[in-house]
Amino acid sequence: MADSEMKSNSKWVQFLKGDLWYDFTRSPVAIVSFITMVVCLFLAAAAQWVAPFDIFDLATLELMDADLPPPWAGEYGEDKFFLGTDDQGRDIWSGILYGAQISVFVGLASVIISAIAGVSLGLLAGYAGGRIDSFIMRVADIQLSFPAILIALLIDGVMRGLLPRELHDELAIYVLIFAISISGWVQYARTIRGSVMVEKHKEYVQAGLVIGLPSRIIAVKHILPNVLNPLFVIGTIHLATAIITEATLSFLGVGMSPTTPSLGTLIRIGNEYLLSGEWWITLFPGLALVVLVLSVNIFGDWLRDALNPKLR
Amino acid sequence: MALLDVKNISIGFPSRHGMFVAVKDVSLSVERGEILGVVGESGAGKSTIGNAIIALLEPPGEVIKGEVYLNGARIDNLSAEEKRLIRGKKIGMIFQDPQTSLDPLKTIKQQLVESINLHLKLGRKGSEKKAFELLEQVGIPDPLIRMEHYPHQFSGGMRQRVVIALALCGEPELIIADEPTTALDVSVQKQILDLMRKLCREKNVGMILVTHDMGVIAEVADRVAVMYNSQLMEIGETKQIIGNPQHEYTKSLISAIPRPDKKVRRFPLVTYIEDVVERKDEFDVSTHWLGQSRDFEMKVADDGTILQLENLGMRFQITNSLFKSKRRYLDAVKDVNFNIKEGETFGIVGESGSGKSTIARMVTGLYKPYKGAVKFLGKEISAISHTPEVLPYRRQMQMVFQDPFSSLNARMRVMDIVAEPILFHKLAGSKAEAEHIVLDLLKLVGMSDDAYAKYPHQFSGGQRQRISIARALATRPRFLICDEPTSALDVSVQAQILNLLKDLQEELNLTMMFISHDLPVIRQMCDRVAVMRHGQVLELAETEKLFEDPQHEYSQHLLSLMPQLDMLQA
Repeated sequence: MADSEMKSNSKWVQFLKGDLWYDFTRSPVAIVSFITMVVCLFLAAAAQWVAPFDIFDLATLELMDADLPPPWAGEYGEDKFFLGTDDQGRDIWSGILYGAQISVFVGLASVIISAIAGVSLGLLAGYAGGRIDSFIMRVADIQLSFPAILIALLIDGVMRGLLPRELHDELAIYVLIFAISISGWVQYARTIRGSVMVEKHKEYVQAGLVIGLPSRIIAVKHILPNVLNPLFVIGTIHLATAIITEATLSFLGVGMSPTTPSLGTLIRIGNEYLLSGEWWITLFPGLALVVLVLSVNIFGDWLRDALNPKLR
Repeated sequence: MALLDVKNISIGFPSRHGMFVAVKDVSLSVERGEILGVVGESGAGKSTIGNAIIALLEPPGEVIKGEVYLNGARIDNLSAEEKRLIRGKKIGMIFQDPQTSLDPLKTIKQQLVESINLHLKLGRKGSEKKAFELLEQVGIPDPLIRMEHYPHQFSGGMRQRVVIALALCGEPELIIADEPTTALDVSVQKQILDLMRKLCREKNVGMILVTHDMGVIAEVADRVAVMYNSQLMEIGETKQIIGNPQHEYTKSLISAIPRPDKKVRRFPLVTYIEDVVERKDEFDVSTHWLGQSRDFEMKVADDGTILQLENLGMRFQITNSLFKSKRRYLDAVKDVNFNIKEGETFGIVGESGSGKSTIARMVTGLYKPYKGAVKFLGKEISAISHTPEVLPYRRQMQMVFQDPFSSLNARMRVMDIVAEPILFHKLAGSKAEAEHIVLDLLKLVGMSDDAYAKYPHQFSGGQRQRISIARALATRPRFLICDEPTSALDVSVQAQILNLLKDLQEELNLTMMFISHDLPVIRQMCDRVAVMRHGQVLELAETEKLFEDPQHEYSQHLLSLMPQLDMLQA
């Protein structure tokens, strides 16, 4: 009836008038963390254009530039490398930007895959009930009894054994995404299943049954939209966890290779030079990781509280 | 000097949209030994007054102006600590839901003794003796044994008695009871009300009884204050308010109460409610899509029977076990037989747990019967659910649910909610035609023209129930099941919805199964009634015959519990 433009417009207006936006404008913590998060995500996404150097272009690297400290911290520093360089003469700032891009990509991809898998399985388990429910939830229990890192290490190890070395480096990012997603879906599935079990006894679902709608339509069209609210909160907090997991794996050496470094890889590389006094190689990527994860986490926490009417 | 004197009190809830005034300039007083009823519909501000007197307003609520005097001493400006000392000691409180107002982890004795000791400082022995006396006074049998029990070991009515005993612990001078019997069955309600009145008289305690139910007021209150839209409309003797109301609002409220004593054709139109839209008969149902000869041939039996229940039974498993002998079942419905004839309204009445809703759910196919059969137009539809063969039959029966807040999908627009059954069953040629039909349906149930584009949460309970009825009509059903369609609604809204159902039945020649616990409503709506208890039909009779001359002992008992509004004008 109403055209789509008017619809989206009124939704936007509704959002601006709503409690969530009002709470947001009243919370300095939320504003600061949100802006930091958006800036981080933007810089990571736009690394190709924002970074002063292309760290993948080997022709631009000069060994003369290796191990330069930041210009404001040591005598030998050069102004164009304002956070210094690493052992191969790569600009640390550019490395952080490219590294963050990989980290955020891995994080987002794992969140999306976990969410899709978790929501589908949770919906199925909650709506079907009975044996299907028991089966899915027992698998989830088994899943939960292994720490995420352990599963990721396991998958990585298996992949390493199966794939030739060159291919493995190329596929490392997908192995990481797969490893992180497979340990993340449980949380989504459990939350969605719980909500579905509450919703399915409500009268609007029974009204659908009395009309004669098949279960498939009731589950997807009626129940699903009513249980998706918590997804944003879980997703935001899971994004922070996923980025950390990626960094941990890369730090342990089972993640991204040094030729396509993520933040975790950068920290690991720098770690080797820490004792010889070249602190900047590991410190700045570490700080970048902290800022990114902390802003996402704080925003996620705020979102959870703001959307939970019990805490108002 | 009155026991309690509330002078020009206003209570507000500040929010970012400005101050919401929940109570505006209300003055009232309560004498010792008197029960003052505060009556009003939801959102009228009646509970807020009670909470303000006992200083338990939900934050951020605050008293904006006015004074509260207890025994001539001002209490609304005391410190939080001084107010705490008054609560329980001077003013007792009885809450609505006895399930949640007792601590489930403590025995009754522990809870009583704690309160008594706090307020009266009687010591352990003295407190226990006092607890025993209180339980005896509120009519708990074997108080000595029962006081060692936990709340879950008591029934709802017994628990409410314990709550009353708790309210009496500090020997208060005033008791505020907020909907004390709303969560209880009629038979229990009567006992609790009698008890409250007896205690008030004996102990010379004043009581404020907050309720939405005029029947309760008529039963116990000495005086009534009528609230509407945050304001006090009228205050006076109960007899005078109910029998000869002065204010327009009170008049329309009283006229909306279903009369227990005789059947009226329609409720008078209640004009004091904002969301009422006069239904205009803009289209002729007989030529409209709704009344068109449908794609389904009704083969009604010669005697007019449309629905037959044969030895219908339902049991739920309450404990599961690997061994058959250890499994335990609850028989919710036992061997129920009755027929419903075309065009009639068949009522089922009973207290909670009598199995009346279970029958509705078996008829619509939500539950599969444990035994027996449901035959609709001669076809057995109980065994199989939604096969293509049964679907056309199923479509002929629709259901209106009890809770208008959960029976509509909050994420869908009204248009999509009502259009869904039409589109799913392909009852319209095109989407545009279906949308046109939806607009007509909404008009038919008395919704305003712009309703289709909104979401359910933008409507009041009564309006949602209208949408729910429109959806039920969207499959062009011949048979409508109404499961407590008005018990979640205010009495004036109930009158509108009942009128609507009557009109629709006449216009569309619907057959109805009407389920309710409310006898006066049954009397107004139904042609025949089945009285149920513990899953069995005890009596089945013409409505007027049942009300004038009930045969079964239980029917007589239920009818005797009906609040008598004798002071109503003839």
